[in-house]
Amino acid sequence: MSQIIIRFFVGGVVVSAFALIADLLKPKSFAGLFGAAPSVALATLALTVATEGTPYAAKEARSMMAGSIAFFVYASFVSWILMRYKPKAIWSAICSIPIWLCVAFGLWHLWLE
Amino acid sequence: MRIRVDPSVLRQTKWHEYVIRFVIGGMITAVAGVLAKEYGAGVGGLFLAFPAIFPASATLIEKHETEKKQERGLGGIERGREAASVDAAGSAMGSVGLLVFAWLVWQSMPTHKTWLVLSAATLCWLIVSVLIWRCRKYA
Repeated sequence: MSQIIIRFFVGGVVVSAFALIADLLKPKSFAGLFGAAPSVALATLALTVATEGTPYAAKEARSMMAGSIAFFVYASFVSWILMRYKPKAIWSAICSIPIWLCVAFGLWHLWLE
Repeated sequence: MRIRVDPSVLRQTKWHEYVIRFVIGGMITAVAGVLAKEYGAGVGGLFLAFPAIFPASATLIEKHETEKKQERGLGGIERGREAASVDAAGSAMGSVGLLVFAWLVWQSMPTHKTWLVLSAATLCWLIVSVLIWRCRKYA
């Protein structure tokens, strides 16, 4: 339980820090780069190395490659749909999460499992 | 277009918006840990590249841009959504850097010091992302 709480706080701080940097930067396309910052990865991998060791963390990073490709597909789709049909950003971003899930798990199953 | 820092955005952001991002970031990190424990490093690792903060950031950008335009008496809804779209395109470019980050960590973690691997991989994420952004911008 204490592990989860530590992860929650470390993750919250690291993600917020990258989000704050993104807020400060202009133009928006450049600030958007920080929307794909390795914030969750930094918080998680540092804690994972401490508890499970480096081989385990390396295995997580290997899977993260599939997650990154899924992120690319997801963000490209959200960008396209917002420009083309102009729905609310919150709904576009949340309703497109299944795309990330399908691509990430699909790649993991086909390539990494 | 030049890259610049605009601190005026901090005044537009309300404290609860910071709290929301903190909670979402914390939750995703905790969930990634739980999934890794439950289903192994393979599944948990996928969530290291989950678009954790993206929905909240895109919503904030849309809101701020819309408010800015409406203050000037312009209908800002469409402009706000276009700004969120541009932000998402930036995130797509950043995700290529994220792939490089993951590959470097996977390759180097077992043989090098953790702090060095994570620092170098973060620097590579930034360099690759900025290079792609510049190429895309000026192509």
